[in-house]
Amino acid sequence: MVHRNSLTELAAGLRARTFSSVELVRAYLQRIEAAQPALNAFISITAEQALAAAAAADRELAAGRGGPLAGVPIAHKDLFCTAGVRTTCGSRMLDNFVSPYDATVVAKLKAAGAINLGKLNMDEFAMGSSNETSWFGPVRNPWNTDFVPGGSSGGSAAAVAARLVPGATATDTGGSIRQPAALCGITGIKPTYGRVSRYGMIAFASSLDQGGVLTTSAADAALMLREMAGFDPNDSTSVDAPVPDYVAELDAPLAGVRIGLIKEFVDEGLDRENELRIRDAVKVLERLGASLREVSLPNLPRSVPVYYVVAPAECSSNLARYDGVRFGHRCKEPRDLQDLYRRSRGEGFGAEVKRRIMTGTYVLSAGYYDAYYLKAQRVRQLIAADFKRAFGEVDVLVGPTSPTAAFRLGAKTADPITMYLNDIYTIGANLAGLPALSVPCGFVGGLPVGLQVVGPHFAEGRILNVAHHYQLETDWHRQSPERFA
Amino acid sequence: MALTRAQIESIAQLARLELEPAEIPVYQESLSRIIDLVGELDRADTAGVTPMAHPLPGLRQRLRADEVTEQDRHELYQASAPQVAAGLYLVPKVIE
Amino acid sequence: MSHESGWETVIGLEIHAQLATRSKIFSGAATAYGAPPNAQASLIDLGFPGVLPVLNREAVRMAVRFGLAIGARIARQSVFARKNYFYPDLPKGYQISQYELPIVAQGALDVVLDDGSGKRVGITRAHLEEDAGKSLHEGLGAFTGVDLNRAGTPLIEIVSEPDMRSAKEAVAYMKKVHTLVRYLEICDGNMQEGSFRCDANVSVRPKGSDKLGTRAEIKNINSFRYVEKAIQYEVARQIELIESGGKVVQETRLYDPDKGETRSMRTKEEANDYRYFPDPDLLPVALDEAFIEEVRTGLPELPDQKAARFSKDYGLSAYDAGVLTASRELADFYEDVRRAVPLQRGETGATLDVSTSKLTANVVMGDLAAALNRENLDILTVREDRMPPTRLAGLIFRTADQTISGKIAKEVFEAMWAGGESADVIIESKGLRQITDTGAIERAIEEVMAKNPGQLADYRAGKDKLFGFFVGQVMKATQGKANPAQLNELLKKKLPG
Repeated sequence: MVHRNSLTELAAGLRARTFSSVELVRAYLQRIEAAQPALNAFISITAEQALAAAAAADRELAAGRGGPLAGVPIAHKDLFCTAGVRTTCGSRMLDNFVSPYDATVVAKLKAAGAINLGKLNMDEFAMGSSNETSWFGPVRNPWNTDFVPGGSSGGSAAAVAARLVPGATATDTGGSIRQPAALCGITGIKPTYGRVSRYGMIAFASSLDQGGVLTTSAADAALMLREMAGFDPNDSTSVDAPVPDYVAELDAPLAGVRIGLIKEFVDEGLDRENELRIRDAVKVLERLGASLREVSLPNLPRSVPVYYVVAPAECSSNLARYDGVRFGHRCKEPRDLQDLYRRSRGEGFGAEVKRRIMTGTYVLSAGYYDAYYLKAQRVRQLIAADFKRAFGEVDVLVGPTSPTAAFRLGAKTADPITMYLNDIYTIGANLAGLPALSVPCGFVGGLPVGLQVVGPHFAEGRILNVAHHYQLETDWHRQSPERFA
Repeated sequence: MALTRAQIESIAQLARLELEPAEIPVYQESLSRIIDLVGELDRADTAGVTPMAHPLPGLRQRLRADEVTEQDRHELYQASAPQVAAGLYLVPKVIE
Repeated sequence: MSHESGWETVIGLEIHAQLATRSKIFSGAATAYGAPPNAQASLIDLGFPGVLPVLNREAVRMAVRFGLAIGARIARQSVFARKNYFYPDLPKGYQISQYELPIVAQGALDVVLDDGSGKRVGITRAHLEEDAGKSLHEGLGAFTGVDLNRAGTPLIEIVSEPDMRSAKEAVAYMKKVHTLVRYLEICDGNMQEGSFRCDANVSVRPKGSDKLGTRAEIKNINSFRYVEKAIQYEVARQIELIESGGKVVQETRLYDPDKGETRSMRTKEEANDYRYFPDPDLLPVALDEAFIEEVRTGLPELPDQKAARFSKDYGLSAYDAGVLTASRELADFYEDVRRAVPLQRGETGATLDVSTSKLTANVVMGDLAAALNRENLDILTVREDRMPPTRLAGLIFRTADQTISGKIAKEVFEAMWAGGESADVIIESKGLRQITDTGAIERAIEEVMAKNPGQLADYRAGKDKLFGFFVGQVMKATQGKANPAQLNELLKKKLPG
């Protein structure tokens, strides 16, 4: 039952030679294959390469060498470029795209010794909150396969929740790590903007995208994030600052930490049961020595409209390179150049992606730029200012991650706006570039819900510390779906 | 604010997206609703506020040394190109 | 072409100069011309999924150099923006350029026109951007081939104020910019290879009006001659159009050098909405005083400064100084030659003889320039061994000290150019020394007078024009070696009898 181990325990066990990497990889590959029909969490499974890498890791470990994650199996969201391996972004547009290079995140985790088992399913081009827009079919929630796992990192979250991998990379532009973490009962962290390199992380919205991790605990997240983060000269938006040892910071005492409950998040949109779980969680933190107060961020409710101007605008430009010329999907027998573009893109992209590209094109177009794009970036400034002011009074902010627990497949696909509103609590941290995480804090109707913790810039250590103490005191994070026990 | 069919077609053309005629009303509806949603921003008072282009203010562009660090890897890069001949990417002939 | 009276031409030029960096503006691929297709296109240049741009310091430095040289304002903060449109040679579907906050703004260039008058042309802005790739439409059947080697090469786009009032002014400005970027060593100015391209915005308006007429943009003209012809054609076209009741349409046009006309390039893409917005993958470029000062101290002597110095140090006319300093290589060559001519006539290093300087200028601008043109050579190659400065200085010296006449000097030059020997060797081996011995010249004159009694009689009868005949005959008799001044003097004495 190796899969009952945390990522940290696996790393230690490998070093102690309690088990070998090949054994681990074999075990997880079996679980992955077995779960694939029910969950559809993976798009590509790289069994051969994984076993070869595991064998090499075992040789390193036997010689007393190997990095902090030597031999540990993980998987990558299919948005990270992996050299020689198909990288699809969940899209027909890149169905046949084999990346010629590794994303920096992939290279760093490889250098730390981690073994990649495959590429995880996701909402197409990271646009979605339920993993229902993937060209490769929806991902299902391991707690109840009639329900969504959340998105866009649905595959990553489902895989970790079902213990198919102890940790997975993911990305978060408007909540795509935190929301699936909450819906799948696991831990997920989106770091500060610029903390993790975006080189090789296929762009959706450049000023919002960040790479992060999904694991089963804050301690595991700390370990994996520490290895992933750091300055990258290939990414101009990457911050040149040393990466603290997040693992070492986990145990700092909680006493005296000031916690702010975001007033605007406890609104009519929040499911009542969900609210109770959040309040219970906050009580735990108070018991542990944190002091609580209510904080108001009055511009925060405007997050969703701001996001749905900025993100589509940036994506409409970022996705222009998918034109059927140098890589990716090309339509059959194009009549002329315009036909090549229109049909390749029309066929290659799904409806949600097309919708966002068109929204973005519209808000950037002549006559609308000031009213929409510039206006949204101004309100974004106000939201960031709200956070800054709040962090003058408290050390971390808390609140719900998602307004509801998981919903049924198809329940929200009719109206895009309904789907967009799932991100109402998570978007703010992306707009302000702040580190934020979600930890499981209970169940509503048998499905998990999450507590969100947000910190000031570069306070990953602090929010992981709060989450870790919470997890020492509770065992929500230790619970896993019966079906995949 | 309702977007017209003509507007959708013009946006789709700018973005080079072929839409099925039947799809156009669907996009018309959803895009109109999205524009309504974001139109709420009108009510925000942003007088004197600078637009935020980057979430971390005060960061400035790093400058890279002028050195050649790349080699000819066109065979690898063109391995999954849709259509290539003599090293050139091919598209239907463009008449200028 | 003469202006229709009553009409004024208004011209603005947009010049794209490729910056001579080793690597591309946003990637580490090489920029060298002539590589096989796509051999110099990195993943960043190809716009692959997941790649990101990082800015080349040298491109920034070169842009600042240019800005300082035109007395412009250097933006302490400038921003890159995306210009979005679809075309096969634009791999990302957007060009990274600068829009609202360019790196250089508000400068000017002083231009000398053909008639010697000066004109100040304002430069609104100059900004950094990346070049697109190349589309090849010929020889591929039903296909166009795309080569992205050029994609990502740094460009500086230089936008002038609409200050020019004639095609000639436009060409003079374009030449000045061309000279300047080569002086600054930021661009090689090679128009055949596309390193220096010009778009002309042309409009007309009634004389006296201060409202601008509708302009047409003539794109991608790659020679000085074509710029002049294209503008001339376009002005005539617009005037004729308006005078016959039509209206000028704001559009893009191409110049067809074979037909000598401009043609509308109007395609469906005409009304392109570029949807500019600041590029989120790049941060604002901040330049501090130290950076700018470092660039300023590294500025070379600029063309105007050099021309002024040439006039002062060598006593050359403004025109001659202008011609010699049109290229830094030519100016350097001139100086190297002049300073290699051995001192004579009481010269010191500081007080060079003006007539020798002028002579040197004439030889460089005349005989040498003609030879370079004839054989399509450039001065840098030629000065290596075809005509090193010291060798040419030897010829100047022998002309200045009257060893040979100016006329014979031309012969000696051609012999030096052909055979590579020094002036002295050629003068001796061909016996070209000037005849300055009065007695020898007199004897030659007497012989000619004796052989041409008829013309002598006519001259003495009053046909003064025949003086030239006698000059010619004596020159012929002496193989052109008679000293012209002495010959003149002696003929004047002897002919009248």
